Amino acid sequence: MTALAHVPTSSGQPAAPPAARRGRYRLLPYLLLLPGAAWLLIFFALPLLQLAAASLYDPSGSLSTGYALTWAVGNYPDALQAYWPQFVRSFAYSAIALVLALLMGYPLAYAIAQKAGRWKNLLLVCVVAPMFTSFLVRTLAWKTILSDNGALVGLLRDVHLLGPDGRLLATPIAVVLGLTYNFLPFLVLPLYASLERLDYRLLEAASDLYASPLRAFRKVTLPLSMPGLIAGTLLFFIPATGDYINAELLGTPNEYMIGNLIDSAFLVRLDYPQGAALSFLLMAAILAVVFVYLRKAGTEEVL
Amino acid sequence: MRTMGHEAPAGDLRLANLTKRFGIFTAVDDLSLTIPQGSFFALLGASGCGKTTTLRMIAGLEEPTSGQVLLGDRDIARLRPYKRPVNTVFQSYALFPHLDINENVAFGLRRRGIRKVADQVDRMLALVQLEGYGRRRPAQLSGGQQQRVALARALINHPQVLLLDEPLGALDLKLRRQMQIELKRIQTEVGITFVHVTHDQEEAMTMADTVAVMNAGKIEQLGAPADIYEFPATAFVANFLGQSNLLAGEAGGTSGDHVLVSAHGGRFSVPAARARLDRGPVFLGVRPEKLHLVGTAAEVPAGHQHVGGVVTDASYVGVSTQYLVKTAWGSELSAFSANSGVGGQLPVGAPVVAHWDPRHAFLLRREPGEDDRTTPLLDEPPVSVLS
Amino acid sequence: MRISRWLADRWVMGVALLVLGYLSLPIVVVAGLSFNRPSSRLSYDFNEFTLDNWTHPCATSDMCDSVVRSVQIGFIATLVSTVLGTLMAFALVRHRFRGRSGINLLIFLPMATPELVMGTSLLALFVAAGVPQGFWTIVIAHVMFCVSFVVVTVKARLAGMDSRLEEAAMDLYASEWQTFRRITLPLVLPGIVAAALLAFSLSFDDFIITNFNAGTTVTFPMYVWGAAQRGIPPQVNVIGTAMFVIALLLVGVSSLRGRRAKRRS
Repeated sequence: MTALAHVPTSSGQPAAPPAARRGRYRLLPYLLLLPGAAWLLIFFALPLLQLAAASLYDPSGSLSTGYALTWAVGNYPDALQAYWPQFVRSFAYSAIALVLALLMGYPLAYAIAQKAGRWKNLLLVCVVAPMFTSFLVRTLAWKTILSDNGALVGLLRDVHLLGPDGRLLATPIAVVLGLTYNFLPFLVLPLYASLERLDYRLLEAASDLYASPLRAFRKVTLPLSMPGLIAGTLLFFIPATGDYINAELLGTPNEYMIGNLIDSAFLVRLDYPQGAALSFLLMAAILAVVFVYLRKAGTEEVL
Repeated sequence: MRTMGHEAPAGDLRLANLTKRFGIFTAVDDLSLTIPQGSFFALLGASGCGKTTTLRMIAGLEEPTSGQVLLGDRDIARLRPYKRPVNTVFQSYALFPHLDINENVAFGLRRRGIRKVADQVDRMLALVQLEGYGRRRPAQLSGGQQQRVALARALINHPQVLLLDEPLGALDLKLRRQMQIELKRIQTEVGITFVHVTHDQEEAMTMADTVAVMNAGKIEQLGAPADIYEFPATAFVANFLGQSNLLAGEAGGTSGDHVLVSAHGGRFSVPAARARLDRGPVFLGVRPEKLHLVGTAAEVPAGHQHVGGVVTDASYVGVSTQYLVKTAWGSELSAFSANSGVGGQLPVGAPVVAHWDPRHAFLLRREPGEDDRTTPLLDEPPVSVLS
Repeated sequence: MRISRWLADRWVMGVALLVLGYLSLPIVVVAGLSFNRPSSRLSYDFNEFTLDNWTHPCATSDMCDSVVRSVQIGFIATLVSTVLGTLMAFALVRHRFRGRSGINLLIFLPMATPELVMGTSLLALFVAAGVPQGFWTIVIAHVMFCVSFVVVTVKARLAGMDSRLEEAAMDLYASEWQTFRRITLPLVLPGIVAAALLAFSLSFDDFIITNFNAGTTVTFPMYVWGAAQRGIPPQVNVIGTAMFVIALLLVGVSSLRGRRAKRRS
């Protein structure tokens, strides 16, 4: 009730521990943090350094003969030169998938948040439900849906949207559809969260003040859902760009994304310097896109 | 019931030079006071005045920067909360949502290793009129019922002191009235010292034997509710507890048993017993209900003092009509007149004479340069003034 | 006019239902395929209805081994990451200490880093340190990426808890330890359980990071990945459907309990 009584508690902090206790418990937070922080330092941060080192290994080495750290900066331009089409493809596919996901996800999130009434929770479960089953199994299901002998392809051939020998599987369309499908829930959930807080009366106020539905959306709904839109976009874009499962299962080597190459560099060709350089390039490219995007969106607070 | 209480020596609760600072902010400033055993004591003040911090220091939830909290002869200021024979009814109750009412009430007994609690819990629930609610969860009770569970949960431990932190703040007006009476009844019944923190002056006045008005970490005035109301010690108290018309003036010493005051060109007097000082800058105070309005100076009763003015606003609030009277020097005085059927309504714009019995006026210290202090009309009539 | 208004009112809901259909279609297909007798090993098309896949889920014993291994890894990774993450969440919400922003960054980064990068960097570390890869390197990797999610989940629950409840307990003669056991822990438990379920599902379903750190150990997602090249046994769809049904039941039961608790109040 008194403002000052809330000073120590309102920020989610503990009520200021009395002095006697403070001494006894000063080390406690560090003890609580130690195991988890150590785990993340050793198995998250340290490996990144190791990966950085690996990307600078002498490319003439091999797993059996051993690698020498020769600061071979040339690995980066070499990797980029060899695989820039896959890089471009990764970003192109995930960008197209993002646009599709926004076109589908925004109405979905809006409908659940503002129109669903008592069906709200059920619809939310439907959004999350795909994630209940294995990522790989449900990606494989698209092979059945898009199959050359399937109903969908048959229908599209009948209405001449596809030629008589036209296919969906093993085309960029399949890969983009798969990416859109797999990461759509990550876009919808944060978007839903911010649209759910939107007060419907604001829209009524806007239309009372002579805004057309479109204007009301552009001037009220869209800006207010910005935090969710930004978070959802990032949660979609980061994993989609680094994904290679969809390209592998639904595409052909012609649709390979950068992840397929990193996978084969590490696990098939055993070319660690190149794989590491590609990994870092991927991360740098994603970070750059994210950074530019956040600057444009004008909300650095999200991160 | 008292015999079942703590073995610790019974006694008064004394705060001695109690101080609490948060960084550079002094929340409670060198507070000293004594709360006699068995009394109902209210700490009254606005948000941020330090009353809750004081309460939390008594409970042990906040450690004083300096000073003592004495219970009888024992300084408990540095004991952990669970080592003190003091219990608290929290603001918004803080009932444990995962325990049923029985277990909420029995919580303190169980923590002290008492196994057979059922009888005591039942008796306590009966005391707060919640028999049969034991198996429910807190979320299934109404606000008023939750409030009573919080009370039972604290009282069952027979603390030497029960602390109440705005216990009625979350209830609606009607329920609040009811609980005020209930709390007072229970306090009389169990005879435990109650320390009640509130910002509601009416609540403090109806329930407490003694009220301490706090402001900026200090106690402005301490006393029985009627004494504080009738003769406030400071301008803050005069306007925090009810309203007052405070006219800026200069006291010119004592003449007989009266203090002479000149204010806004008029000469007034106040009984010496009702003057906090007799020389220098003063406020001449009159409560709005003690200010009567008549048409001409000729109608002013003998012995009354008066100022002239014009009615600028008349609000009819049922039991009374609240007038604003603008004086020649521009201040607006409030005057409440009971709608007792005697006398009619005064129209806005009517010239009037406001008069009062000097025995109802009071004289307070004024900082040099301070002007009149008159409060605007409240939306809600201050009931304590009318009752 | 009336039709256009009706459309304007309903089109959002219509689009939403279409999108939900798009999201649900693969699950329907998986459930359907679990009753399919494929015409050949590499065929993904419906052929013939059969119950064999459900009656003999372990006809391909490799697959069942991989499921068991995934469950084992999931349990261990869940246990460890839930303990580590819960401790961190308590430190972050309940204590003041130096270096808070550094810790927050350390927790946030794994959630924002592409899995591919985490997987390859761990591989680089294990290879450089000469650690043979297998069951335990998978567990290590899974704990690493689960911890952050546990911290975030438990922290949310803990921060939403009224600290006055703990003050009330101490006021009622509960020592620090008793307060933790009787009040704090029971109230935070739903958050911890939610975090553990999340960690288990993340671990069970992870492919990319596991793929780089598995050595010759095969988890269920890795089995599916390998089988996609060689030909998928239809029992994979049985596992997929069963996972879905179990998760759905868990959600159903918890929401029913939540609703009953609400109705009682």
